[in-house]
Amino acid sequence: MERALESRTIDLAEVRRLMARATGDEKHDESSTSTLDALAVLYGEVLRVDPANPSWPDRDRFILSKGHGPVAYYAILAHLSFFPETWLDDFMEWGGKLGSHPDRELVPGVEASTGSLGHGLPMSIGVALALRAAGRTEQRVVVLTGDAELNEGSNWEAILLAPALGLTNLTLLVIDNHSSSVQMGPWDAKLEAFGWSTHVVDGHDHGALRTVLTARDELRPTAVVADIPEGEW
Amino acid sequence: MSGHSMRERAGATAAELLDEDARVVVVLAEISTGQFGRALRAHPDRAVNVGIMEQTMVGVAAGFAMEGFIPIVHTITPFLVERPLEQIKLDFGYQGLQGTFVSVGGSYDYTSEGFTHHSPGDVQVMLTVPGMQVVVPGTPDELEHLFRATYANGHITYLRPSTATNVESREVDIGRLDVVSRGSRATVVAVGPMLDRTLAAVEGMDVTVLYVTSVAPFDADGLAREVADGPDVISVTPFLEGTLTPMLTSALANRPTRFTSIGVGNDVLREYGTVGDHDRARGLDEYGIRERIGRVLDR
Repeated sequence: MERALESRTIDLAEVRRLMARATGDEKHDESSTSTLDALAVLYGEVLRVDPANPSWPDRDRFILSKGHGPVAYYAILAHLSFFPETWLDDFMEWGGKLGSHPDRELVPGVEASTGSLGHGLPMSIGVALALRAAGRTEQRVVVLTGDAELNEGSNWEAILLAPALGLTNLTLLVIDNHSSSVQMGPWDAKLEAFGWSTHVVDGHDHGALRTVLTARDELRPTAVVADIPEGEW
Repeated sequence: MSGHSMRERAGATAAELLDEDARVVVVLAEISTGQFGRALRAHPDRAVNVGIMEQTMVGVAAGFAMEGFIPIVHTITPFLVERPLEQIKLDFGYQGLQGTFVSVGGSYDYTSEGFTHHSPGDVQVMLTVPGMQVVVPGTPDELEHLFRATYANGHITYLRPSTATNVESREVDIGRLDVVSRGSRATVVAVGPMLDRTLAAVEGMDVTVLYVTSVAPFDADGLAREVADGPDVISVTPFLEGTLTPMLTSALANRPTRFTSIGVGNDVLREYGTVGDHDRARGLDEYGIRERIGRVLDR
C-alpha cells in the first residue's frame, strides 16, 4: 500500500551548514552524518509534519531511538523552522535546549526523549497502538535505531512483538553504519524471520530510501535497513 | 465493587476504569491475564498483553501515554519495578508522562516462589523515580479509593497491593496521613497493611499511632503537626526497613527526634512457607513489633 508523498524542500548543503554550527559532540559525528540522508528523505518526502504545529494530531510520528548523534536531526528540524537556527549555536551549552541526546520537553518536533539505547522501539509500539486505538489509521510511526543499538535485548522483545500485533503503521529504520561490535546481519533473514517486511538499501540512495520508506505492508510492520559502509559516514 | 483481596480489587478496578474512561489502557506482561480476560476481550485496542517482556511492557505503556492515553501497567513486583526500572525512570519520569504501576507480590508475598519473586525494596526503588507517587493501601476499599483518586491526576503512581490487609478501612487520601490514636511517649507511623498488627502491638502503650497510605507525596506537615511529645518516632513498614526514614527526618528536621525503623530487612530470604511464617521470623508480626517498640520505650 502506497501513500501520497509529502514534499518539502530539504537543502542538504544548507543542512550541512547548520550542522557545522552545533559543535562539541564530534565523537558522535559518524553517528550523526550516517543518519543525514535518511532523515532528509523522511522529512523532505515521507513524514507528514507541521513545523508550525509540532503536536498536530494528524502528523506522522518520528522517534530517534538511539538519541546519539542528533546534530543532523536538529539541523533538519531547524532547517524546517521547528525552532530557530540560533539554537544550534548553543548545542550542549548551559542554557541551551539542544543536548547530545534530544529532550522532547525542550525541543519542538522531538517526539521522545532518548539517548539510553533500546527504549525507542518499544515506545514506538505503544505509539502505534495508540494511533490505532484512536482511529488514526493513516498516520505512521517511524523509529530510527542504530545497528549497534539493536544489541539491546529490549529491541528484540519489541521486534518479536510488533508483527504479533499486526502493526502495519510501524516502520523500523535501522541505520547500519557498521558500528556494532557484534555481527548483526544478515538483516533481511533475521527480521523477516521475526515477521517484518524487510528492505535493505543503500543508506545514501535517496530514491531507494524514498521507495521503501513510503511502502506500507498490508499485514506486517516494515523494517528498512539503510546500509552505510564503513568510511562513508 | 467486588474483590476480596487487594489484588482482585486492583484488577476489578482497572477493568472498570477501562469501561468508564476511554483514555485508559491496560498493559500486561502475561500475569493476571485470566483476571483481565473480559477486559482484554472487550477492549482489544486498549488492553494489551505483550507477553513476558517487561521492558517492552513499560515502553509500550509510555508510547500510549505519549499519545494522551492513561496506562495501567501490571505484573509481579520484581518484574514491574526492578527489571524495567530504567524504562520507568526514563520513558515515564524523564518524559513527564502519567500512568499507574500496579504490582502484585510485594516483599515476600510470593513466599513459596523463593527470592526471585521477592521485592522488599520496591518502594525505595520507586521513590528514586522523579515525580513518582507511592500508594500503599491497607484494605481493598482503600486501594480502590486511592487508585481512582490517582490514576488520572497527571502523575506516575506506584500502587502496592499486598496479601495482608487490615480488617477495617479508613478514610484515606493521597498526600494525607491519618491520626488513629493519641499518646505522649512516642509516635508510631504504620504503613498500609501494618496498621492492625501495630495497633495490637501497642495495646496499653502511651503512644500516638499515625496511619500512612500515601508514602509519596508524604504528609510532612501532618506528621509535624500530630507528632507526640516524646522524642521517639517509629516507622512500621511492609517494605524495606528504613525506606520511610528520609521523609520522617525531613518532616521533623527542627525537632530533636530518635528514629527507629521496623520493616523488612535487606537479606536474601531462603525460606518458603507462608507470609505469616516470614512475618514471625522477621519480627513483623504483632509480637515482634511489640517487642521492638517496647525496647524503644524502655531506653
